[in-house]
Order: sequence, then C-alpha cells, then structure tokens
Amino acid sequence: MNIAVALSDVPPELAASEAGPAPKRVVVAYGFWIFLLSDIVMFATLFAAYAVLARATDGGPNGVQLFSQTSVAVETACLLASSYTCGLMSLAVKSRRHLGTYFGAFVTFALGLAFLALELREFADMIVRGDGPQRSAFLSAFFTLVGCHGLHVTAGLVWLVVMMVQVVLRGFHPTVQRRLACFSLFWHALDIVWVWLFTVVYLMGVRA
Amino acid sequence: MNLLGKLSWDAIPLDQPIIMGATAFMVLVIVAVLSFITFKGYWAPLWRDWITSVDHKRIGVMYILLALVMLLRGFSDAIMMRAQQAVAVGGAQGYLPPEHFDQIFSAHGTIMIFFMAMPFVIGVINVVVPLQLGVRDVAFPTLNSVSFWLTASGALLINISLAVGEFAKTGWVAYPPLSELQFSPGVGVDYYLWSLQISGIGTLLSGINFVTTILKLRAPGMGYMRMPVFCWTALATSLLIVAAFPVLTATFAMLLLDRYLGFHFFSVDGGGNAMMYVNLFWVWGHPEVYILVLPAFGIYSEVVATFSGKPLFGYRSMVAATMAICVLSFLVWLHHFFTMGGSADVNGFFGVMTMIIAVPTGVKVFNWLFTMYGGRVRFTVPMLWSIGFMITFVVGGMTGVLMAVPPADFQVHNSLFLVAHFHNTIIGGVVFGLMAGYNYWFPKVFGFRLDERWGKASFWCWFTGFYLAFMPLYAVGLMGMTRRLQHYDNPAWQPWLMVAALGAVVILAGVACQAIQLVVSVRARRQLRDTTGNPWGGRTLEWFTPSPPPAWNFAVLPSVGRFARRTPAKETQDYKAIEMPNNSPIGVITAFFAVVTGFALIWHIWWMAGLGLLGAFVTLLAFAFRRQEEIEVPAVELARFDRAHPAEVMP
Amino acid sequence: MRRGLFAALLIGAAALAGCSEGVLDPKGPIAAADREILFNSLAIMLAIVVPTILATIGVAYWFRSSNRYARYRPDFTYSGRLELLVWSIPAMTVLLVGGVAWIGAHDLDPRKPIDSNVDPVRVQVVSLDWKWLFIYPDQGIASVNHLTVPVGTPVSFELTSSGVMNSFFVPQLGSQIYTMAGMVTRLHLQADHEGTYRGLSANYSGEGFADMRFTVDAVPPEAFAQWIDGARGAGPMLDAGTYAALAKPSSAVAPFTYRSVAPDLFNGILGSAMHMHGSAGHAHSTAQRAEK
Repeated sequence: MNIAVALSDVPPELAASEAGPAPKRVVVAYGFWIFLLSDIVMFATLFAAYAVLARATDGGPNGVQLFSQTSVAVETACLLASSYTCGLMSLAVKSRRHLGTYFGAFVTFALGLAFLALELREFADMIVRGDGPQRSAFLSAFFTLVGCHGLHVTAGLVWLVVMMVQVVLRGFHPTVQRRLACFSLFWHALDIVWVWLFTVVYLMGVRA
Repeated sequence: MNLLGKLSWDAIPLDQPIIMGATAFMVLVIVAVLSFITFKGYWAPLWRDWITSVDHKRIGVMYILLALVMLLRGFSDAIMMRAQQAVAVGGAQGYLPPEHFDQIFSAHGTIMIFFMAMPFVIGVINVVVPLQLGVRDVAFPTLNSVSFWLTASGALLINISLAVGEFAKTGWVAYPPLSELQFSPGVGVDYYLWSLQISGIGTLLSGINFVTTILKLRAPGMGYMRMPVFCWTALATSLLIVAAFPVLTATFAMLLLDRYLGFHFFSVDGGGNAMMYVNLFWVWGHPEVYILVLPAFGIYSEVVATFSGKPLFGYRSMVAATMAICVLSFLVWLHHFFTMGGSADVNGFFGVMTMIIAVPTGVKVFNWLFTMYGGRVRFTVPMLWSIGFMITFVVGGMTGVLMAVPPADFQVHNSLFLVAHFHNTIIGGVVFGLMAGYNYWFPKVFGFRLDERWGKASFWCWFTGFYLAFMPLYAVGLMGMTRRLQHYDNPAWQPWLMVAALGAVVILAGVACQAIQLVVSVRARRQLRDTTGNPWGGRTLEWFTPSPPPAWNFAVLPSVGRFARRTPAKETQDYKAIEMPNNSPIGVITAFFAVVTGFALIWHIWWMAGLGLLGAFVTLLAFAFRRQEEIEVPAVELARFDRAHPAEVMP
Repeated sequence: MRRGLFAALLIGAAALAGCSEGVLDPKGPIAAADREILFNSLAIMLAIVVPTILATIGVAYWFRSSNRYARYRPDFTYSGRLELLVWSIPAMTVLLVGGVAWIGAHDLDPRKPIDSNVDPVRVQVVSLDWKWLFIYPDQGIASVNHLTVPVGTPVSFELTSSGVMNSFFVPQLGSQIYTMAGMVTRLHLQADHEGTYRGLSANYSGEGFADMRFTVDAVPPEAFAQWIDGARGAGPMLDAGTYAALAKPSSAVAPFTYRSVAPDLFNGILGSAMHMHGSAGHAHSTAQRAEK
C-alpha cells in the first residue's frame, strides 16, 4: 500500500534516520505495532476502571467467592501454548512450508477456541448464578475487561481462518506474509495482556 | 417486537419551527448540491477523483471541506446561544426553551471540537506532511480514506440527530450520572456516543497512519532534525492521538454498556463511580487540547518563518518545546475539576504541572518573536492571522495559568470566565492557525492564491469580533455567571451579553468574508495563478513541486542536504516508473455501514445493526482479497509532466 | 492598542463587578483570600504578558519589509543566550505563580476549617433536581433554596447530591465545591458582612438547571437564633417520605422551611444513593434496565 522505494538509490554513508522511506514490510509491521500500542492503552483504561471498582461489590460477591483457580489456570495454559504454536507457524511461514503453517495455525486455533470456551463457561456460570455484569460495579468492570480480551481473541480466530484461506489461494505472497506477521504480533500482544489480566484480576483478586 | 426499535414518526420534532426550519434548509442545500452534480454529470469524476481517491492531498481537501461545513453548523449554534442569553433575563425565557437550548450548547461543543477543529487539523496534516517530508503518500493510503469516511459518518449521524430524534442535553462532556439512562432516557446521548465512537476510530487510524508516515517515510537525507517544525508538531499530535483516543473509546464504551446493558460503571447505584468518567474523560480531554493546538503552532512556525524571510529562530528549542508539551499534556487533566474536593496536595500538584506546560508554550511565542526580529515581515493574510494569534493567545494562556491556581479556579470554575478562556485559546490558537494554514497552503493545493483583500477583511472581522464576543464573557464570569444558563435573573449581566452577541455577529461577518473570498478567488483564478510552485518564497519541500502537485508529488524523490534543504534533483533525467496506490471505494462503503450500524444502535433496531456489522465485515473481506493494490505510472508520463510544469529550483 | 482594549475591559470589569455581586466583591474571608490570589497571579503574569504583546507588535511593525531602516539579518536563527533567556523567563514566572498555586491550594483547601473563636454552624447540603436542600443538623430544621447564616461565624458544610452532580457556589462568600451522589464533600465559608447574596449551581445538571438558584441571608447571630425559632414553629416535617416527595424533579421552587428533620436523614440520602437498586428514590429511575 505504501510507496515502495528501492533502498539501493540511497548513498551508503547516510545515517539510518536519513536513509529515505523504509521498505513496505517494515512500514506495515511498524504501523501495526503502533496500533497494538493504542490497543494496549485501551486495555490500560479498562484495567484502571477495574482497579477503581474492584471493591465496589455493592453487597454482592467479590473475586474470592467467584473465581475458580483451576479453570483460569487451564485457560492460561491454553493461551500461552497457543502463543508457542503461533511462533512455530511463523517459522513455517518464513521457510514457506505449507504443511507446517496449516498445522501451526490449526493448533493455535484449537487452543484459542478452548480458551474461549472455558472463558464463556465461566461467564455463563456467573450469569446463571445471578452474578452477571449488572450485579455490581465490580462485576461490570470484570466482565468488560475480561470480555474485551475475549473479543480480541475471537477477532484473532476469525483473522486466522481468513489468513489460512489466503494462504491456500495466494500462497506465500508478500502481502500474505506481512499480514501473517501482523497476526502473530497481535496474538502475542493478547498473550501479554492476558498475563497482566491473570495477575491483576485472578491472582490479586483472590488474595484480596 | 417492534422492527423499528424506538423509532417512530414522533421522533421528528414537527412542532419545533426552528428545528424544522434548519432541517428544511439543510435538506434543500443537499438536494441543490445533488441536483447540481447530477445535472452537470459530475458523478463519475466525483466518484473517481474524490470519493474513492486515496491521494493524501484530496483526502486532506475533503477533511477541510467537512470542517468548513461543520464550522457553519457549529457557528449557527453559537449565534443562537448568544442571542438567547442576550435576551433571556429576569422573567424572560428568551426564544429557546431549556430542552432546545441544552441541545444547542451540547451540539455546539461536540461539533466544534470533533467535527470542525479535528477534521481541519487532520486535513491540513494530510495535505502538507507527505509533501514536506518529500514522499509520495502516507504510509497507508487506503486506511487514510477509511479514516476520513468514518469521520464523515460521525458528522452525518450528529446532523441526523437534528431532524430525527434529539441530541444530547448533557453538555459536550456528557458527565454521568446526568448522561446515564436514568437521567437522560432519550436517544440524544446515544447519538453523541455513537457518532463520537465512529469518528474516534477514524481519528485513531489517522494517528497511527501519521506516526508511521513521519517516523518511517521520509525523503533520503531528511533526518529528524531536518524535518520542518510542522512535521514535528504533526508527529506530536499523532502520538497524542494514539495515546489518548483509546482512553476515550474505552470510556464511552463503558458509558454505552451502562446505558444499553445496565452495567454500573458510572451509575448512581450498584457501586458505580461517576467521577471515574470525569477523570478518564479528561485524561483524553487535555491531550486533545494539544492535539488541536500543536499543529496550529506548527503552522505559525512555517508562516512566520516564510513571511519574515528567515529560517525559524531556535529550531531545536521549538522541537524540544513541542515534545515537552506532548509528554506533559498527560499530567494535567485534574485541573478540569479542582472543585471535586480532592486533597490540597493533589490540587497543588496538578496546578503546578499545568503551569509547567506553559513554559514550553511561552518559549514558542518568544521564538516566533525572534524569528520576526531581523526579518523582512510581509503582512500577508497568513501572517496577519499569525500575529493576531500571538497577541490573542498570550491573553488566553494567561487566563489559563490563572485558573491553574486552585483557589482562583474555585471562584471561576465553570463560569463564563472559563468559557472565555478556552475560546480564547481555541479560537485565538487553533482557529487562527487553521485560517493561516488555509490561506498559506491554498495555492499549493489548487494552483492559485486566495484574494488578499477579502482575506484581510475576514481577519479583521474575526479579530475584532473575537474580542467583542469574549472579553465581556471574562467580565460576566467574574461577576458570578456560570455557563449553560438558559435564562438568568441578574440584569447587570445583560449589557455584557449583548456586547458578546454583537461580537458574534462581527465574527459572522468574518465568516461571510471568507466565503466571498473563496468565490472571488475562484472567479479570478487566472490572475491569481501560481506558476512557480512557490508563491511565498517558502523553504520547505512542498514548495519545490508544482502547484497543484501531481498525484505522485515528486517524480524523483528529493534528497535533503546537510545544511540547506536542496531542491529535488531536476537534472536527473532518468525517470523510473513508480507504483502508486490504487483508488478504493472501501472507505466510503465502510462509512455507509458505519452509519447504518450507528443509526440502528441509537434507535435499538437490532436486526439492522447486525446487518450493518455484517456488511462492514464483508467489505473488509473483499478488501483483504483484492488483487490489484497498485498501479504503475510509467517514466514517460513522469517526464512529460515535469517538462510541462517546471518547478522552481532553489539557488 | 489591543492591550489597551484588554486593560480597559479588565478595569471596566473590575469596576462593574465591584458593585454587582461578583467574585471581585467578597463578603467573607475565603472569598477575599481567593480574590487576592487571583489578583496576585494576574499581576505576576501581566508583568510578562504585556511586554510580550507590545514587543510582538513593535517587532512586527519595525521589521516590516517596507522599512528601509530595519536591518535584515537572515542568519539570525540561533543565539545561546537568547535561548537561555527564552526558557528562563517563562520558567521564572511559573516558579512564582506555581508557588502561589501550591501555597494557595493548601491555605484555601475547602476541607480546612476556618480559624475562629466562634463555634461553627453545621449545614448539610443536598442538591436535588433542581433545588437545594439545607439541613441544620444541630438545630434540627431544614430549608429549601434558602440559606441563612450568622455573620462572623464559620459555616461548616457537608455536601452531597441526590443524583446528578451539581456545584454549590456563593460567589461572594468564596470557593465552590461539587455535590456528588454517594460522596460527601466538605467546605468552610464565612460571611463577614450582613446582606443577601446570590447562590447557584455552577455545574450543569439538566433541564431545570437555570433556576437552581438560592439566596443566602447573612444576619446577626441574634437574628439567626430568631430565624431558627421561627422555622421550628412552622412548616412541614422532613422525613424519608417527605424527602422522597421533595426529591421529585421540579424547578423554580419558592423557598420554604421544614420545622423538624428526621435524625440521620443526610446519611440516609448518602447511603440510598449508594444502594438504590431501582428504589423509588428518584422519579425517573424506571428505565434502569435497557431492553436487551
């Protein structure tokens, strides 16, 4: 999409900041990084809201009573493992191996789906018990923060499927490669957010 | 189950002559414009050259056009408010009942900030930054088009609220609990929230686009410390957008959850905390002030340097000051509510931080002063706006620092003194800057200058009108008048408010002069033509390509030397073919679905919202699977264009 | 020229505001101190702002391109000394005003009681849609849209809101403060002169906001005692039931008093805001749950 400029036009003695426009691969990944930063700022806002409202249970249940450690531990394991398999997929993409790419993508997708299923079950259980997001400000903040991460995972899964279709149709075209690189950045960023989320919501929530 | 949600014929306020009159006028104008286009057969070129264009210059022009139209809308709100307050004293209720007056001041603030100032700033950045950096387009041209059309969608939704339903009656800040469903059950707040969410996504994407463009796409040799100051300010603004707008998106999302699904983020019951909204809103809101004013500072830097016939004084200081403001702007938000009863330490800290941010701002003013010193100052229209700004803005800055002193703020918080202050900085700072930029870069974009006489008339009307309209507000603010009063009982305020209303009329004359200036200039475009590409003697790269520039800006990318910025190497005759991004309708189609979804959500028409989202998703898919992303411009065409338009070569 | 206009306006404003009940015409120690800080900060800044404006006009005029006497120095683009000056002038100004701000924020902290040998009068303030309720807990009475205070006596306010946020503000007595549901803010004011002062809400709160005014009568202590006695002899009683009636939205309510107040009503209002949960506390608390 950007303006491609051959780097060979530039005299070699120039400093990096004076080398002229960067190649498209770099520009796309950089832009996506900036987007991820903005996404992290949005999560930071939700974290802040959660921190402010963590004790506003309005007579309802708090984290100690609600959170199941085992379920969350399995969720975490799924997500971390999916990050690993996503890394494997990236390696397969780099060496242009179709089978490895499909396999990595499939395992990543399955683990992500398992994570989502567990999270949805946790949500459903809470809502059925009457501890839904309408119960108290604490639960509003909890469902929004964790749910926002869950929505991101969902979007990631859809994206992964679309990308696999693209690999089938177009092979390892540079465009497809750039998008897969962005996808893996996205997936790892979700992992990082989950690590914070796990710490702030589940570990600290149970201790409090 | 009602298929149309909350929507019914009652939503159209047929009993309100003012609203219906305004609506009829808007519809007439739209119909007139559409029939004109149809009659002249302009649809095809409009679609090809503008609506689907991904050229940063054309997108910039569309942004500015949107801003000017919204300026008229926001300004008519202003006139109505000033007229109301000039008459509604004692037992008189004026001509606007509270439910209408409350919508007007909310719409005025929202439109002026989000749909006038923001698009104008982003439009100027769009037009100028790639040219100044010496590159052919922004990092993500198609995304740029999506950004613009999403902003336009938000603007469209907010204007639909005039005719269908109502707008928020909460003020442009929409503080809960007032903006919660409990106290604002109508669709007004939903119009506010959804239009700002949609345009906010557009703004965020713009910010990402320009951070990437400025940091990753610059002409060879254009190191950071050789970038024009306007590019620095555009970078600072884009960084602020990336860091601040997600906060607004998240905050509005929480309020939407409260309103639509009964969550308890900011509600009175359930343990909600309304002050959290106020904090988060201003965590976005104060950087937003600098998002608007920093590019204006950049414009002044370019204009003052050019029309003083000198390079900018203290370039490094300017850059340092810009980046200092960029960082500090996140540390001052609490000064918007010293009166919430925070501790003295908290108030003191944020008061002092607010003043510290005035230091780099002061530095900038002095540097512009020293740029003029020893120069040959030409009093052209852009320069008049700049000098007018320097005089006006220091007054606004002074009253701002005054209100950063907590005990002083306790007395003037939320008063008309505050209203005068922020208009003093936003009109005197942002609007004057944008007007300077509009007059300065117009010949670059369209190839002919704007008429000087009408431009000067417009400046003087705005300048005098501004003082007439807002100095009295300082006075009534000190007399204890708070803002957003539909009527009041103190007759001593009335004379001041009548002067303020007169001032608004003088500004209106300024706006009229601007409209006339445009018409006169278009008609006299042959005499006003700029054949050199550099009508003002500017030194930045945008002046070293023809006016208007070709789609590719520079046939050969300029290379920037170590000391002076050199011209593109015209002697290199070996043109190479270049690839330019292809036109794309994805922006306008996405915007269409955004409007559909937004409207459906506002009126609780769930099936339509689902269809809108599905449509947007399918559009995205179609975009992801398109084959041809770029078209090639052959070398022959580049050479032919350059021979026909010899741009000035700097000695 | 512009500066002259601005100065004239400021002086004009000061003169006019001086005789018409603004924040520049203080009637108590807090308002007087607020005003002094406002003037001090203004003076410090005018000392730099006025020369800057004059210099801008002067430099622009002298270096106009048609002036043959002005020396053209296109290379004058950097000067270390000037840079130092340029950074230090605003920094020094800010240092001064910052000191004023920091000290002022502490001296005039709204929570800080006023030093006095007279015992303060306690008043509990509730902002309602769209009127003000003043409860005198020690005297056991209450009044609506009308506040009576004894001259020369500190008044200690506790403030909250029934729902929407407002700001309690009597310009001539000094500092305003927000009223927020479920939260208590504190404010200490004192009137030194007898008189009737305007009070208002300084934070927009909806349709009836413009009429959300009240009057403050500052009267001698004896008259205050008489007023209390008078209030005890007449008017309705304020308890949970009559409060619920009062809390229904209404505007431009004529002032009246309650002869007695249920004990702890203020804390009840505070608590009910925190655990309202669809109670009939507010007239339009019906649409709590949006349809899904």
